[in-house]
Amino acid sequence: MFAPRPIIVIARKEFRERLRSRWVLAVAAVLATFALAIAWFGAAQQGAVGFRGAGVTIASLVSLVIYLVPLIALLLGYDAIVGERERGSLDLLLALPLSRAELLLGKFLGLGTALAATIVAGFGLAGLVLGRQFGGAGLVAYSEFVLSTLLLGLAFLSLALLISTLAANRVVAGSLAIALWFLFVLVYDLVLLGLLVATEGSFLGAAFPLLLLLNPADVFRVLNVMSLEDVRTLYGLATVMPARLADPRLQGAVLLLWIAVPLAAAWLHFRRAR
Amino acid sequence: MIEVQGVSRSFGPVPAVRDVTLSVRAGEIFGLIGPNGAGKSTLLRLLLGLIPPDSGDLTIGGVAPGGPGFRELRRHIGYLPENVVFYDNLSGLETLQFFSDLRGTARTACGPLLERLGLAAAARRPVRGYSRGMRQRLGFAQALLGEPRLLVLDEPATGLDPAGIRDFYRILAQLKAGGTTVVLSSHNLAEIQDRVDRVGLIRDGRIRAVGAVQALREERRLPLAVDFRLRPGARHVVLQALAALGDCRVDLGPDRGTVTCDPARRMAVLSILTSLGDAVTELRLREPSLEDLFLAYTEP
Repeated sequence: MFAPRPIIVIARKEFRERLRSRWVLAVAAVLATFALAIAWFGAAQQGAVGFRGAGVTIASLVSLVIYLVPLIALLLGYDAIVGERERGSLDLLLALPLSRAELLLGKFLGLGTALAATIVAGFGLAGLVLGRQFGGAGLVAYSEFVLSTLLLGLAFLSLALLISTLAANRVVAGSLAIALWFLFVLVYDLVLLGLLVATEGSFLGAAFPLLLLLNPADVFRVLNVMSLEDVRTLYGLATVMPARLADPRLQGAVLLLWIAVPLAAAWLHFRRAR
Repeated sequence: MIEVQGVSRSFGPVPAVRDVTLSVRAGEIFGLIGPNGAGKSTLLRLLLGLIPPDSGDLTIGGVAPGGPGFRELRRHIGYLPENVVFYDNLSGLETLQFFSDLRGTARTACGPLLERLGLAAAARRPVRGYSRGMRQRLGFAQALLGEPRLLVLDEPATGLDPAGIRDFYRILAQLKAGGTTVVLSSHNLAEIQDRVDRVGLIRDGRIRAVGAVQALREERRLPLAVDFRLRPGARHVVLQALAALGDCRVDLGPDRGTVTCDPARRMAVLSILTSLGDAVTELRLREPSLEDLFLAYTEP
C-alpha cells in the first residue's frame, strides 16, 4: 500500500524547507532560552532563584512545554495539506505516482523530524547546562521528559494534519488550530476542575481520571508529574489519578494513540476529499 | 490516446462537466477552448484521475484513471495545473529535483531542462524571487520531466510574455515531432489557433464543437466583411455595381463603405470593387474573428 520512496522524498523536502526558513533554529533557540530561564526562576515560589534539582526543574518545564509545544506543533502542521491545496500544488503532487496516504505520511514524517530536531536541540542545549546539577538519575528523568515532550508535540502535529485535511482554506485551518490549542491547553482543565469543585469531588466518581486521558496535554502532565516523587504532591489534578492509570507505560501508550488516531482520521478524510 | 464517453461531474448542485464525449488521438496537440468557468480545468482533472466522474467512462492509453496500472501510467503523464505556486524556500533546481524524485526519473535531466526553458541562470535562486513568467516556465519544466507520453497543460501560456509564448509553442512542436500527445486548455482561441491540430470548444460544461480551426470556420460559413474607401461623389456608381451581388449586405457612408457577405462570394465582391477604377480605394478584407466563431458555436 505504501511505497517508501515517495514518502521519504516528501519528508525530506518538508524538513529541508523548515531548515531553510530557519524555523528549526528559531524554535530551538526559543525553547532553550525559555527552558533555562524557567529552570533558573522556577523555584522562586519557594523563595529562592537558581538552578535546582531535576525534579523541581522538570516540573517547571512541564508547564512551559504544555503551553508552548502544542502551539508550535499546531502552527507547524496546520497548512500542510490545505496550503498545498491553496497554492495549486496539491493537484500537481497527486497527478504524480504518489498516493494520498504517502503524501500525508511524508508530510508527517518530515514535519515531525523538524519538530523533533527543535525539541532535541532546544532541550538538549538546556540539558547540557542543567546536567551538572542533575546527576545520573536526574539526567535519566530529564531524558524521559524530553522524550515525552516529543510525543506530545507529535500528537499535536497529528491533530494539525487532521485540521489541514478538513479545513476549506488556510484561514479556517489556522483558526481551528488556535481553537484546538485553547481547548486542550486552557479550557479543558478549567472545565474539569470546575465540575469537580461544583460537585464537591463526586463528578463521574471513579471514571473521572479517564477524562484526563482524553486530552494529550493532560496525559503529558500526568506522565511527567506522577513519575517524579518530590513534585507529585504539588499538583492538584494529578493527585486524583489512581495508581493503575498513572502507569507511565499506559500514559505513553495513550500518547502514541493520540499520534496514530488523528493521523488515521486525516487519511480517512483525505482519501475521499476532492 | 484519450477516450471520454458521456462523462459528467458536478460539485454539489453545480454541474461542471456535462455529458462530454471526446477523443484525443495519439501524437496530436489538442486545445480545449472556453471562457473561465466553462469546465476546462474540471475536465483535465477528470482525465488525470484527480477527481472521479459522477457518470461516464474515460481512459488514457486504455487505462481508467484510478484503476489498476494507472499509477505506473502517471509516470508518463506531465501535468501543469493553472496558477501553481511552488515552494518559496527551494531553488528552481531543487524544485525540479523534488518532482523528479517523486516521478522516479533521473535528476541529471533537471539541469538541461532548466537550460531549455531559459532558467539556467536562475536555477540556484529561491523560487520566491521568480517572476510570474519564470514560475510558469518552471512549471512547464516540471511537466516535461521524464519525457512524458502525454502532457496535460492547464492555461499554460498564462503569465508568459510574447517571447515566452513563442518559446513555449516551439517546444510543444518539438515534443509533438517526438510523438508526445498534448492536451492544453486556453481561453484564447487566437493564441492557439495556428498551434494546435484540433480544438474542442467548451461552454457551460458541454463540448459544443470539435475539429481543426479552419474546418470549423468553413463549416460555420460566418460572413466576412470588405471595407473600402469611396471617392466623393462615386456613391451612386458603387451602389449600382454592387447591386449585382444580390444577397450581400451593403453599407455606404459618404466616403467609406462595407460589404458583408458569405465567404464563398469574396472573389465576386473583390472583382466588382476593383473594376470601379478610382471610385474605390483602400480595400480591406475582414475575416470573421475567432471570438465570432467561438460564439457562433457556443451561443445558445
